[in-house]
Amino acid sequence: MRYVDEFRDPAKARALVQDIERLLRRIPASRRRPLQVMEVCGGHTHTIFRYGIQQMLPDDIEFVHGPGCPVCVLPMGRVDDCVALAERPEVIFATFGDAMRVPGSRKSLLKAKAEGADVRMVYSPLDALAMARKHPDREVIFFGLGFETTMPSTAMTLIQARAQGVRNFSLFCNHITIIPTIKAILDSPDLRLDGFLGPGHVSMVIGTRPYEFIARHYGRPIAIAGFEPLDILQSTWMVLKQMAGGRCEVENQYGRVVPTDGNARALGAIAEVFELREFFEWRGLGSIDHSGVRIRAEYAAFDAERRFGVPNVSIADPRSCQCGEVLKGVIKPHQCKVFGTACTPETPLGSLMVSSEGACAAYHSYGRRAVTEAVPA
Amino acid sequence: MSAQVRDSHINLSHGGGGRAMRSLIDEVFLGAFGKPHADAMQDSATLALADMVRHGDRLAFTTDSYVVDPLFFPGADIGALAVAGTVNDLAVSGARPMFLSCGMVLEEGLTLETLRRVTASMRRMAERAGVSIVTGDTKVVERGAADKLFINTSGIGVIPAGITISAAAARPGDAVILSGALGEHGVAILIARNQLALDADVESDCRPLHELVAAILRACPSTRCLRDATRGGIATVLNEFASSSGVGIRIRENALPMRETVRGACEILGLDPLYLANEGKLVAVVPGQDADRALAAMRADPAGADAAIIGEVTRDPNGMVVMQTAFGGERIVDMLVGEQLPRIC
Repeated sequence: MRYVDEFRDPAKARALVQDIERLLRRIPASRRRPLQVMEVCGGHTHTIFRYGIQQMLPDDIEFVHGPGCPVCVLPMGRVDDCVALAERPEVIFATFGDAMRVPGSRKSLLKAKAEGADVRMVYSPLDALAMARKHPDREVIFFGLGFETTMPSTAMTLIQARAQGVRNFSLFCNHITIIPTIKAILDSPDLRLDGFLGPGHVSMVIGTRPYEFIARHYGRPIAIAGFEPLDILQSTWMVLKQMAGGRCEVENQYGRVVPTDGNARALGAIAEVFELREFFEWRGLGSIDHSGVRIRAEYAAFDAERRFGVPNVSIADPRSCQCGEVLKGVIKPHQCKVFGTACTPETPLGSLMVSSEGACAAYHSYGRRAVTEAVPA
Repeated sequence: MSAQVRDSHINLSHGGGGRAMRSLIDEVFLGAFGKPHADAMQDSATLALADMVRHGDRLAFTTDSYVVDPLFFPGADIGALAVAGTVNDLAVSGARPMFLSCGMVLEEGLTLETLRRVTASMRRMAERAGVSIVTGDTKVVERGAADKLFINTSGIGVIPAGITISAAAARPGDAVILSGALGEHGVAILIARNQLALDADVESDCRPLHELVAAILRACPSTRCLRDATRGGIATVLNEFASSSGVGIRIRENALPMRETVRGACEILGLDPLYLANEGKLVAVVPGQDADRALAAMRADPAGADAAIIGEVTRDPNGMVVMQTAFGGERIVDMLVGEQLPRIC
């Protein structure tokens, strides 16, 4: 397939792996304990597992699977709010598919649907808006979640809804922002990351400049990475090359998609509709300042939180759950106390087990063998 | 001679046991499936044992229900599926498919034209598969109590003496053969549902596999495992073989036959073709030394023209399926949890 196979060429992969091995030898052994590179985005985690990239690399480099799966970091209280909204008789609750299985404190959206709530899967917020026009007697609520990647399409949908005068459409806004979250991870006392693969899709919107503090203040190299397997290998090589050369910079491996200054129209739509929240609660990471957005007063008529009110109760993560430590790279998924026992893809306790992009789910479905080999019986 | 069905839509009286139901059965069902015996309207079909004994020494008996939405899609429809699906369940048990039943649940308001199209399609598929539909049942439920039309078919087939097909029979050293390109039915249905604003020229691969199975068994009577890769795709079938047989299975991504359009659709939708439904593909496990012979026999049959050896059975890792990726890495192919849900980004 053109424009796809070029990025999956096994011969190029072998050459890159050899280059990575050569670079690793130039980095002092004391630093290779092993070297930890965090891929921030869940899409990268998916690629790493789907193509078996970790197994192609030497043991003294390992990927730490970061917080960039928006479904995974959704706290239980917000899922409960979703269920409360969905269970209102007048409501059609429209959501992306993979958010349906995320456990709340009592139930998931999938379970609420089985019990009679009108929960419908959509592929785009525009589908939800069309649904509202088709059902003028119902209230359609779109469950907006995701980083800056999905924010512009949600914003554009609200702008359209206002222009069209649609009155029975609203957004339950759970959009989050990546930069404060990376900062929170860098500030955590148990951190031991050596470098980052930056999120490609988010950066297509926000550009590369917002990451400069990572290199400048925290002294960690970062390469914005694409999602094909060669993208991952090449960005890893770029990060190691910086380490070997004693540099810390923001480099852009995904230049075919990511412009330095981002996408002005997308950023404009975000600024038109959203403003920063004081703080937002993350599963596993706790409350992070300015890490979420809410709907501006001008668009209050489309804000499900304002229009319907939600319980908004903060629910602590299950005590046995170590999602936070996994998200920060302190432990590997299989080192969690409940991995594969109380917490499995069938019955997820923590949300890292829910989405196929979640580090734990990916480990469980793609990496079990590597795990069983790595852990002595 | 019974009255012609004049109604344009199914109503509750068509399931009421009276005259309306009588004429529906006579015209639509018997009209399509034929009266196999003079006494076709008895409570049971009677099947002569002598006919069956000639073909083998055991019966295979299976049932399946069909609830596909939409009813008609590129390459097939619910009727063709209901016949081919049950025929294939018999075939992959090593049986020669012979008789089918047909139970239908009709939603009030279904058009007679739709029902006639479905029964005509069932008849065509039954002729192609060499089976007779010998007994049936019809129920009509109120609007909203069912989605247009549900079909259940059960099937009886005869297994020739000496043939033992079992998911638990795979042994290290065996070869794993896939009968053709992956994922066409799954993608055709997704596109036909029209929720994706995606257009691609993909047809369901729905077809009977009994002749292909007969060809495999002629070429390789010691075939170990056979299964049609329907819901859950080949990943599910391979996992069932691996766990039932207590072996590992190692496949090569490079060896998997797949059409470019299916691959493209999977790329765009974030779906894994290993888990997509097929309706005309099977996975065969045969002893390693018979692999080339079995493969040649499959390729000589139109249903297996694109067959390929996709991997082999290994001792380890026990109960697991491992895929060598085209990229050069390795990953586990696990059972699917629930449905494949499209990813948000």
